[in-house]
Amino acid sequence: MDSLILQKEKLPDLLAEIATKFTLIGPKEETGFTEFQELEDPTEINLDYLLSRVPPKSLLFRQTETLFTFTKGKNIKVETPKVDPGKRIIFGIRPCDARGYDLLNPVFEGRKEGDYQDPFYVQRKNRSTLIGLSCNEPDKNCFCTSLGDGPASTKHLDLLFTDLGNRYYIDVITEKGEDLINNLSKLFSKATDEDTKTRNKVEKTAVSAITRKMNTEGVVEKLNGMFKHEYWGEVAMRCIGCGICTYLCPTCHCFDIQDESTLKEGGRIRVWDSCMHPEYTHHASGHNPRPSRMNRVRNRVYHKFNFFPRNDGVFGCTGCGRCIDYCPVNIDIITIINDVKEME
Amino acid sequence: MTREGTMKVDNPYEPGLAKIADIRLEATGERAIKTFRLEFLDKEIQKNFTFKPGQFIMISVLGVGESTFAISSSPTQKGYIEVSAMRYGKHTKALHQKEIGDIVGVRGPYGNNFPLEEWKGKNILFIGGGIGQAPLRSVINYCIDNRKDYGDLNIIYGARTSKDLCYKDEFAKMAKMDDLQTHLSIDVEEEGWEHYVGFVPSNLMRLQPSPENTIAITCGPPIMIKFVIQDLLELGFKDEQIYTTLEMRMKCGVGMCGRCNIGNLYVCKDGPVFSWDQIKDLEGDM
Repeated sequence: MDSLILQKEKLPDLLAEIATKFTLIGPKEETGFTEFQELEDPTEINLDYLLSRVPPKSLLFRQTETLFTFTKGKNIKVETPKVDPGKRIIFGIRPCDARGYDLLNPVFEGRKEGDYQDPFYVQRKNRSTLIGLSCNEPDKNCFCTSLGDGPASTKHLDLLFTDLGNRYYIDVITEKGEDLINNLSKLFSKATDEDTKTRNKVEKTAVSAITRKMNTEGVVEKLNGMFKHEYWGEVAMRCIGCGICTYLCPTCHCFDIQDESTLKEGGRIRVWDSCMHPEYTHHASGHNPRPSRMNRVRNRVYHKFNFFPRNDGVFGCTGCGRCIDYCPVNIDIITIINDVKEME
Repeated sequence: MTREGTMKVDNPYEPGLAKIADIRLEATGERAIKTFRLEFLDKEIQKNFTFKPGQFIMISVLGVGESTFAISSSPTQKGYIEVSAMRYGKHTKALHQKEIGDIVGVRGPYGNNFPLEEWKGKNILFIGGGIGQAPLRSVINYCIDNRKDYGDLNIIYGARTSKDLCYKDEFAKMAKMDDLQTHLSIDVEEEGWEHYVGFVPSNLMRLQPSPENTIAITCGPPIMIKFVIQDLLELGFKDEQIYTTLEMRMKCGVGMCGRCNIGNLYVCKDGPVFSWDQIKDLEGDM
């Protein structure tokens, strides 16, 4: 399908129409942070944001999820809760965050026929259409270009909006995206060659605004020989083990499962967990395979830049920069990988 | 969706309900061990639930939690599955309080298995320590029930004291079989003990088994496994003749929750059974 143009003054109409037909989810300002939320009022959307604090992975892989409920006693039974069956439009997602889904897919959807699937993630994913928003003004810690992506990357998106000042340029990427366009009133016009030129220029400017570079070339092989290197002890000295780098990572998928119950009934609940916490791997016997912070910091870096690439052929990082922005002690994944490349 | 050899898995986290059909006290004391016989309430699930030696299941005491257990019965024993659980953490303490007739949640089977088809015609040497005998018991009973498919069967098994030895009845029966040898040990001398006194690796070196056409499987405390493997290599066993089964803390059992990795391998789905050849060079936190 040809690319389209939406005049900015028509955006409220578009969002209002989407909201009548679908559940509209978008970035919303709250207590000084932007978070992806269900928008009861479409005018609450904030498209001037750069990155939400919590990545929108939470929309498919919820921070807490009831896996099943149970009743206790004589008539013991278990039941899986239904996922909301409504179709959802996720509007204004950044390309790096959409790419995060791409990395969560092999984990939750399985890699081959017959693999276990997470029914909650899969159902939510199938019911979601993703409308991306190009980043015209990347932040200081953005480095998606080091991972083969860019501020207007379309991976995993159905539509991509690019802000051209008074209008949005719309790349129609998937059939799902095309269906959505066909399902909406005639708010769009065809993009001209001039529009396309402007869009490409905006993208080029954004790419050149990304100044920080992570040197990922050959890092998988380099790490193969660095497991016992003293560098990991050095990096870990600064870490306080708060786990923010993993909670806010669009690709981190680790979780804990706990039961919550009264005498009669209860549920088994899944919550996000972090490999930065010692309890994460602590055996009932007292043994802990990752007893020190060094083990845990090393595991995080290896998971993203060695294990993930070896298992799935991609880095477990989208270059969003959240782990750098929010680390209370300034641990910087770009510096770590660039250091690794220089290590003896 | 159903998977071959397992229960319905529309929601892989939702357990099937199973009745505790029998409980046997294997070892007493602070770290008591009990073997639980489980039968699914749903006859259809029970019929379709097939597994291979080496695989594990997740058992739930609903409201307390869930933990991972090697299946200790053999797939040749139909109509039930058995696990042996040591009383240790919060969940296994709750499980130990359960009585015959109580209901628990069961899901699985998960993980890979011992390649028993490939081992046809070979001798098998079992080297177990303490509760580590549980997954080996599954293989032993499988081999006994398919006796003509396998060569010599030698079972080396030890525990701290005679009270800590599991499956005493079965060992008594095996002692009377003439096509299988058992070699028991305890760590410290006890009055009336007729078998070897010393650690499991020492018992192994005393027996000097031949690596000729033989597969060695070992499971027990990590320190025991370490020395057993060293000793097997010294006896001339090749890396690919040595198998072990590993454990890690797990939550999901299906490769998603992230915590059971050793290097890039997940114990839950790439294991729990590994040959020494596969893991000897593996760099990971164990």
